[in-house]
Amino acid sequence: MTSKRAAPPEAKKDEAVELPTPVNPQTRMVTVYIMGKRAVVPEHATIMRAIEYTGVQIIRGAGCREGFCGACGTLYRLPGDYRIHTGLACTTLVKDGMSLTQIPAVPMEKAIYDLEQIEATVDTIKKYYPAIFRCVSCNTCTKTCPQGLQVMDYVNAAMRGDIAEVMDLSFDCVSCGLCALRCPAEIVQHKVGILCRRLYGRYLRKESRELDVRIDEIRNGVYDAEYAEMMAMAKEALSEQYYARDIEA
Amino acid sequence: MYPEYMHESLELAAKTRPARLELAKSGKPVYPPMNATEREDVLAKFHPDFTSGARSKIRIGPNKGEELTTEVTEILEAHSMVEPRLMDIHLRKPDYETDLLIIGGGGAGCWASITAMQNGINSMIVTKLRMGDANTMMSEGGMQAAVAPQDSPTRHYLDALGGGHFENKPELVRVLTEDAPQIVRELENLGVIWDKMDDGSMQVLHGGGTSRKRMVSCRDYIGAIIMRTLMDEVKNHPDKITVREFEPAVELLLDEKGQCAGAILYSLDTEQFLTVKAKATVIATGGFGRLHIRGFATTNHYGATGDGLVMAYRAGAHLKFMDSVQYHPTGAVFPEQIAGFLITEKIRGAGGQPLNKFGDLFVFPREPRDIESAAIIRECTERGLGVDTFAGRSGVWLDSPLIDMIHGEGYTKHQFPGMVRQFNRYGIDITKLPMLVYPSLHYQNGGIEINERCETNIPGLYVAGEASGGVHGRNRLMGNSVLDYNVFGRRAGMYASEYAKSVKLGNLSLEHVSAYARDMSCAGIQTDLVSPLILPSYAPEDVKLQQMARLGNTPARHSMLRTRFGRDEGKTAHGKAG
Repeated sequence: MTSKRAAPPEAKKDEAVELPTPVNPQTRMVTVYIMGKRAVVPEHATIMRAIEYTGVQIIRGAGCREGFCGACGTLYRLPGDYRIHTGLACTTLVKDGMSLTQIPAVPMEKAIYDLEQIEATVDTIKKYYPAIFRCVSCNTCTKTCPQGLQVMDYVNAAMRGDIAEVMDLSFDCVSCGLCALRCPAEIVQHKVGILCRRLYGRYLRKESRELDVRIDEIRNGVYDAEYAEMMAMAKEALSEQYYARDIEA
Repeated sequence: MYPEYMHESLELAAKTRPARLELAKSGKPVYPPMNATEREDVLAKFHPDFTSGARSKIRIGPNKGEELTTEVTEILEAHSMVEPRLMDIHLRKPDYETDLLIIGGGGAGCWASITAMQNGINSMIVTKLRMGDANTMMSEGGMQAAVAPQDSPTRHYLDALGGGHFENKPELVRVLTEDAPQIVRELENLGVIWDKMDDGSMQVLHGGGTSRKRMVSCRDYIGAIIMRTLMDEVKNHPDKITVREFEPAVELLLDEKGQCAGAILYSLDTEQFLTVKAKATVIATGGFGRLHIRGFATTNHYGATGDGLVMAYRAGAHLKFMDSVQYHPTGAVFPEQIAGFLITEKIRGAGGQPLNKFGDLFVFPREPRDIESAAIIRECTERGLGVDTFAGRSGVWLDSPLIDMIHGEGYTKHQFPGMVRQFNRYGIDITKLPMLVYPSLHYQNGGIEINERCETNIPGLYVAGEASGGVHGRNRLMGNSVLDYNVFGRRAGMYASEYAKSVKLGNLSLEHVSAYARDMSCAGIQTDLVSPLILPSYAPEDVKLQQMARLGNTPARHSMLRTRFGRDEGKTAHGKAG
């Protein structure tokens, strides 16, 4: 299978390329205020690691720890800055003087619906989340979003019934709920997002004909004989077939 | 921003890029794939599973005498959180009763509740953190499904078996690959948005070890999209599916006939133990990345501590392939704050290449995961050709700028919004600069042994998803775990709900927990470890010692965290983070 192997990496050593070695910078400490309590933590820590550095076991306020789950939404202020900032505790670094509070849950009501009984129209959105029409276009939701999404734009798209646009703009939403918390019109933006994404996937998608064909083939037992044959094969024969298989470019 | 000392190596990577781009465009493999002998050699010498101390013999239970991953042996040879004697009265008067108990609120658990409901059975999902706080949420790249005309389910079958070194249970791989296209359609009908071509056909890409392009995707948020869709559906049926959050199960309950009859939960808020009586039980607790096996950083979510293994093992369930651990080839190494962060394999599927510090390719970019990981470890250790960071880690470049050069400008931004965002936070534009990566503890290849109906050797106990063992052999391919929790979560709900319709339960019992404790004592096992671990502790060493000085016989809040992680934390070569 293999013909020409690339030159082994050892050959490189002769060229005497000396790469510089890393330098360990001193770990500086900074002062933060975690729910009002002063703590001194390493400068390079994320908010989550800083909280844990103080010895606290997080129960509410940590989930995937990689920026996907939205469990660790956090509000903070910085010295000399009147604004409220937001971030996910798992990926936001502490700063000296930061004063922070985690918001692990935001009170809200999720609409109950049967996806099979509703239509991908503005009326559906209006029925389940009428509050979106209270939007005052203040853009606070967009400024709040720790993912940097154009939240107000998708709320406006929802008001127009442009479900594809809501799907596209809300795709990366982690449902931390901070937008809903800060919204003066008391909209639950992220819930509108998931409703529209599901409506898009269910009703506005382009159909995949090749998928229909494959599902029918399987249902009609087209692959049964081949499965039976391979399942009866010994490891050696399977291995031979495996290493000889062609690979799509 | 990459520090000054890495710039020279980055320039070397940029210098070799035009030639590598040409090679990638040629359609030929950019580096020769390994044959069987080469694969065996690199695994034996460099895969962490084969390092000294990686495995140790378990002295009790159904797998007694077998070599298991050391950290798994340790949590299995540990004390229960529950004193059975003190639970007697509660067993006679359960706090909750349900037809179907589902332990775990990730992808498999949600699916099980949905198919049980379709079969007319109400269920209760109990979960450690919030519903959806699961590895499901974090999968990025894609799911394998043989939907393309040039592909077939049997090709998928052969690829999965080859990736698993032909040790997978064939009947499990058959249903995995055969159910896949139907899963794509069912998820779509629930509202999942697949990446599609202009004509509506599914967009498919390669993953490690695939012989046809078979990876279907939702940008690089497949897990988040599927998880939020399933959760939304579950929450649309509050009358049929009850959800209890922050109440992880810590022991299973059996009846006098040895049938599984529910579980004991531990409320993280109130520290009380709650009893659930259930006609059938599904374990969908996921994997064990937070055990930080071999001291590796992990891609896993906070609660991935292998609780299901512990509960099931004490109840007498047999484990399969629990001597093997999957290290994802490409976890982030820099910046330090996101060490361990998963860099999706879809990056390599789209043309990204691993490079050593001289900017040279050293391995075919899409070997099966264990092979690719071992090759990266070899490059950084024996060959000394990794790029070192000041935190003491070493890694290789994953050349992402190639992707836009191959597919056109804007492709990376649209297909990998999560990756772009994550690195932008630290001033690194992955369309211009590569990422520094090293294998990261990713997946529990083995687990509780099941058949194609998700049944275990304990009547009434079903398992689905990462907690189960058999389907992937000792090495899972990319995209087969997303498929796994969908296929088997759905099946677990169907078969467990059918079983729940006819079973007759006796009295609830924790006798198996008492018996296990006696066995431990007879085997001379001495340990202060209590399991399941529930959550890992990341408190500094001195703080932990002060916490553990607490007296009292009740597991106090946080005393569930009395773990051996105290001793070596932060002192291992690979460090811990994330």
